Amino acid sequence: MSAPQTLQTNNLKTKGKNTRNKTRRRITSVLVYGFTALSTLLSLGLLLYLLIFLLSKGIGALNWDFFTKEPSAVGEAGGGILSSLLGTLLIVGIASIFGVPMGLMIGMYLSELARSEGVFANVARLAVNTFAGIPSIIVGVFVYFTVVKPMGSFSALAGGIALAIIMVPIIARTSEDVMRLVPGSIREAGLALGIPSWRVILGLVLPAARAGVITGGVLAVARVAGETAPLILTALGNEFVQTNPLKPTDELTLRILKYARGPFEVWHQQAYGAAFVLVAGVTLGALLLRLTTRGRGIKIQ
Amino acid sequence: MKDIVSQKHAEEPETEPLQARQEGAPMMGMERATQIDTAGASAVVSPARSRNFGDLVFGSAVRISVWLFLAVLVGIAIVLVVQSWPSIQHSGLAFFTQEAWDPVNFKFGAAPFILGTIIVAGVAMILAGTVGLATALYLVEFAPRWLREPVAFLIELLAYIPSVVYGLWGLLVMAPWLQQTVQPWIQQHLGAIPFFNGPPYGVGIMAASLILSIMLLPLIVSLSREALLLVPDSQREAMLALGATRWEVLHQAVIPYARSGIFGAIILSLGRALGETMAVAMTIGGGFRFIKTIFDQGYTLASIIANEFNEVSSDLYLSALIEAGLILFVLTALVNIAAYFMLRRMNRAHGVR
Repeated sequence: MSAPQTLQTNNLKTKGKNTRNKTRRRITSVLVYGFTALSTLLSLGLLLYLLIFLLSKGIGALNWDFFTKEPSAVGEAGGGILSSLLGTLLIVGIASIFGVPMGLMIGMYLSELARSEGVFANVARLAVNTFAGIPSIIVGVFVYFTVVKPMGSFSALAGGIALAIIMVPIIARTSEDVMRLVPGSIREAGLALGIPSWRVILGLVLPAARAGVITGGVLAVARVAGETAPLILTALGNEFVQTNPLKPTDELTLRILKYARGPFEVWHQQAYGAAFVLVAGVTLGALLLRLTTRGRGIKIQ
Repeated sequence: MKDIVSQKHAEEPETEPLQARQEGAPMMGMERATQIDTAGASAVVSPARSRNFGDLVFGSAVRISVWLFLAVLVGIAIVLVVQSWPSIQHSGLAFFTQEAWDPVNFKFGAAPFILGTIIVAGVAMILAGTVGLATALYLVEFAPRWLREPVAFLIELLAYIPSVVYGLWGLLVMAPWLQQTVQPWIQQHLGAIPFFNGPPYGVGIMAASLILSIMLLPLIVSLSREALLLVPDSQREAMLALGATRWEVLHQAVIPYARSGIFGAIILSLGRALGETMAVAMTIGGGFRFIKTIFDQGYTLASIIANEFNEVSSDLYLSALIEAGLILFVLTALVNIAAYFMLRRMNRAHGVR
């Protein structure tokens, strides 16, 4: 780049400068290539390491008792995570009952009805997108003050409501995206037959987008099943199986948190086991979806 | 300026036919059609009415959910403001500037946590942004075709691992490794540099930043990969035809084209980084002072709420924690709104709606 050098090479031979320049350009290109390849190896290596680590550590903790017993006394060996498993089902179930229909309705609004509506539709869309990025612990704080405090107790219901609130924007966004992909001609065909537009949406558009909508739903459920922060403020955790949704309930992530922070090797073992169960459930779900809805699925965000 | 003008032009042909289509499809169109019906032939009135009734029920149900959702969002803001009001009145502006977290004497200043949030998120963004963007570039531009999709999917799997599991690994594996291997090494060889000295705890802002960067990686890869995939091949081919090397194609054609998308991806990830709670809470150790070295323990706005919420000793302490939450809420909302407009601009420019 320096001026004298350029002059010199120009005087000597223009071709020499060109080849040197070319070499430099090639070297840059190869270096960049190498850097991107190394980064990919690093990302991939981290993933494989984490998965293998979880597998090797987690499988050792799994046995019949692990799935069928409540946690044993503090620091003692044995016992299981039955209370957490059932609690997870309960809390995520409550979340899905509230969250899935609401998310779907908002998705339908954004994709089907909002097109001809101005400001309100834009506000709604912006709200959904902003909401998807709000830290889940904030939702936990909100539910703590609106549900836990008035009802006087931490509960699975409060945990479920918090997770439902987190779920709604995820489902709304994914279902909006896939329903938009349904060709307008399908809607037009339905309307041309005189079918009212609500039946066009529910009977034609929604079934056409089925695969993507289901994918989005499962992803949202998987995502909230791994939430911890809002549950600390809402479900709290419990050592025993709790079937009353109005009482403090345990969840897998809360169990992992407690055991990870504890001082006992036994607890750490069980935390790995619980983490393995959680990750296996979530990734297997994702893999299955990937295989069943090849190409029609949607991405996590 | 030039950008906006060119994008306006790109938008116009896209929106025109869409609007024409919209007339036919949704609610508003139907209502107009029935109006014409009633004006024309009275025989059509009754089916048109019943049709309208179904639409009315469906439309209102859907709109009620949207309103409910907006109400929750507003409700969150209201709850945060109301609950942090005692703390706002008590601490005033000092909350943002002071380094004092003394619940016994009711002195609260969240400045160390605001700074901690920015440092941890910043370091994680730099690490994950570099590696993630490079990975996305490799997967879109360089990798053999058969490798692209499977590798992209595998890296996306990282995103399915819950936060608390990252925290578990960070706390039980990475932190001890940092404490016994990495941090003593840094002390020995780089200890002369300021900020690179201090007792090696393992847990601390270093562990938290590293964990956070691993967590952000799949998000950055998948979002920037999406932006890069939108670049038409003709752009690449044109550069290659001019004799450009692969790097020059990236540098001068692909990256400028995908710029707004990549920028949106980074801002969206920043929002996630600022708000990430559990993994950070488990690995950051916990400290109420300003960070002096990279080995120090600290807190971010999100992690202090998670760790201290169930330990509060007074109503004012609780209120102070909520105020930290309010700051976090405003911060992430702003970042996400910025990302939304950035990504929308990208999608509009490329005709994706």
